[in-house]
Amino acid sequence: MSAITRAEVAHLAHLARLDIPDAELDHYAEQLDVILGAVARVSEVVADDIPPTSHPVPLVNVLRPDVIAPCLSREEALAAASAVEDDRFSVPRILEEEA
Amino acid sequence: MSSPKAFVDAIGEFEPVIGMEVHVELGTESKMFCGCPTRFGAPPNTQVCPVCLGLPGSMPVMNAAAIESIIRIGLALNCSIVEWCRMSRKNYFYPDMPKDYQISQYDEPLCVDGYLDVTVATADGPLTVRVEIERVHLEEDTGKLTHSGGSTGRIHGADHSLVDYNRAGIPLVEIVTRPVTGTGALAPEVARAYVTELRDLVRGLGVSDVKMEEGSLRCDANVSLNRPGDSLGTRSETKNVNSLRSVEQAVRSEIQRQAGVLAAGGRVVQETRHFHEDTGVTTPGRSKEQAEDYRYFPEPDLVPLAPSRAWVDELRAALPEQPSVHRARLAHTWGIGDFEMVSLVNAGVLDLVEQSVAAGLAPDAARKWWAGELTRAAGERGVDPADLPVTAQDIIRVEELIAVGALNDQLARQVFEGVIAGEGRPDEVVAARALAVVSDDGALLAAIDDALSAQPDIAEKIRGGKVQAAGAIVGAVMKATRGQADASRVRALLLERLGVEDA
Repeated sequence: MSAITRAEVAHLAHLARLDIPDAELDHYAEQLDVILGAVARVSEVVADDIPPTSHPVPLVNVLRPDVIAPCLSREEALAAASAVEDDRFSVPRILEEEA
Repeated sequence: MSSPKAFVDAIGEFEPVIGMEVHVELGTESKMFCGCPTRFGAPPNTQVCPVCLGLPGSMPVMNAAAIESIIRIGLALNCSIVEWCRMSRKNYFYPDMPKDYQISQYDEPLCVDGYLDVTVATADGPLTVRVEIERVHLEEDTGKLTHSGGSTGRIHGADHSLVDYNRAGIPLVEIVTRPVTGTGALAPEVARAYVTELRDLVRGLGVSDVKMEEGSLRCDANVSLNRPGDSLGTRSETKNVNSLRSVEQAVRSEIQRQAGVLAAGGRVVQETRHFHEDTGVTTPGRSKEQAEDYRYFPEPDLVPLAPSRAWVDELRAALPEQPSVHRARLAHTWGIGDFEMVSLVNAGVLDLVEQSVAAGLAPDAARKWWAGELTRAAGERGVDPADLPVTAQDIIRVEELIAVGALNDQLARQVFEGVIAGEGRPDEVVAARALAVVSDDGALLAAIDDALSAQPDIAEKIRGGKVQAAGAIVGAVMKATRGQADASRVRALLLERLGVEDA
């Protein structure tokens, strides 16, 4: 029995825009369970005096001065676009999946 | 579908609670995480690079000027500046962000727990409301979408969308209030006064040009209603509120809509709504994704921010005069009271008056025209007074013409009407419309006699000493001369004609 449900896998798949067939939802639920179980073991050794780490390098305030740097040319910027119209990236209709 | 309630009825039955989320695009030279320029109006996709296009392998680096700007905004809003915080990734798939996430701040905003006092005019005089600021955080702006292929150009019915990423990555400061309660019928005005005050404060700091029409200041208005004594109701979030007038209108319209829904026994849905400038009402937008759906996590490509106390103190010491202090100084200089000052602020004309005075106009004249005729003309056209094509020089010229007796106030209004209609500068309008004060006493006396014989009972009253009745005759003469007479001269001639002393 997975702690992660089929519905949760389907929800995550939707958020990540992955098209996972119904038949495979249980498969991924089991795998995610194993992964979460492995990560959960870390919390077993966490003591209150160990803050969560989000970055391995103990640095703060890495800033750059407010100075303009060269951009890509428009041709370069649009070179990898799958479709271009009016010098803009053309993308499929937006609200389709939310409608 | 319930119909909206009248505003007065809505307020009679429910207590409105408002909350504002304001986005300010900072006026830095370069973007938040890369060196691309931020100039408004550049040709599409000419201010982009691998970082703001989200190309693989690119790494963001924070703009020091943007950090300084947000700290100054936080300090001016009486916030605490945290000693340590991180940026977060807000994950969502929408083509306005090429990375498929926005770098923002989630549970660790840079500035917290501030306030901004705003003043609104009421029948009992100016009322100051303290709007509490929950947080001020930093994020990056998104690209600009144009919807194509549909008949209306709006999002529904579009075949495909076109994206310009010039704006993507411009530093954006989000300022979030706590729920503002207890404002009752004043809620729409408080909302507007808050955005106005915030705009003036940010402009005073010189960190953004805060132009609502260009999108460098954007406002989302949250509104909920509850019956007295009940806990807070479900809120809606109205976007696309792009002018100060619209802020007030959107809050008012949402109060009326929600009151209609609740009074009919319905429930308010938590959703994003769109405000329509043309109709003044809101319509449903996309349903709001829950915060957990954004799967925020600390941004791994950036190290934490830890502004030193010394730096924060230095920035605090260098803050400019607060708008409220600035206004007090202006009020003193111009010799006006609180009430007049609040009226100018609420009409959105304080800056215009100040600019006109700086250009050489007398403060009284600047106030008279901006707060009077020009505010009225702007309201009639549904625009902000600042958007009228009237310059300080125009008003100065009109005042000169009045001073030499070539125009009176009524004709001056016609001159402004012409200037607003694009007929040219004042002298051109005066010439084209043949506007001139009738100063020929003979013509005026003829008109006075006509008016007296048309209204003999009033003539009798005036003769009998009721001098205040003279207004009716003066009005008739002004009408007969299509406003081209000098009303005070008409009055003097009239009283002389009837042999009555002025009261």
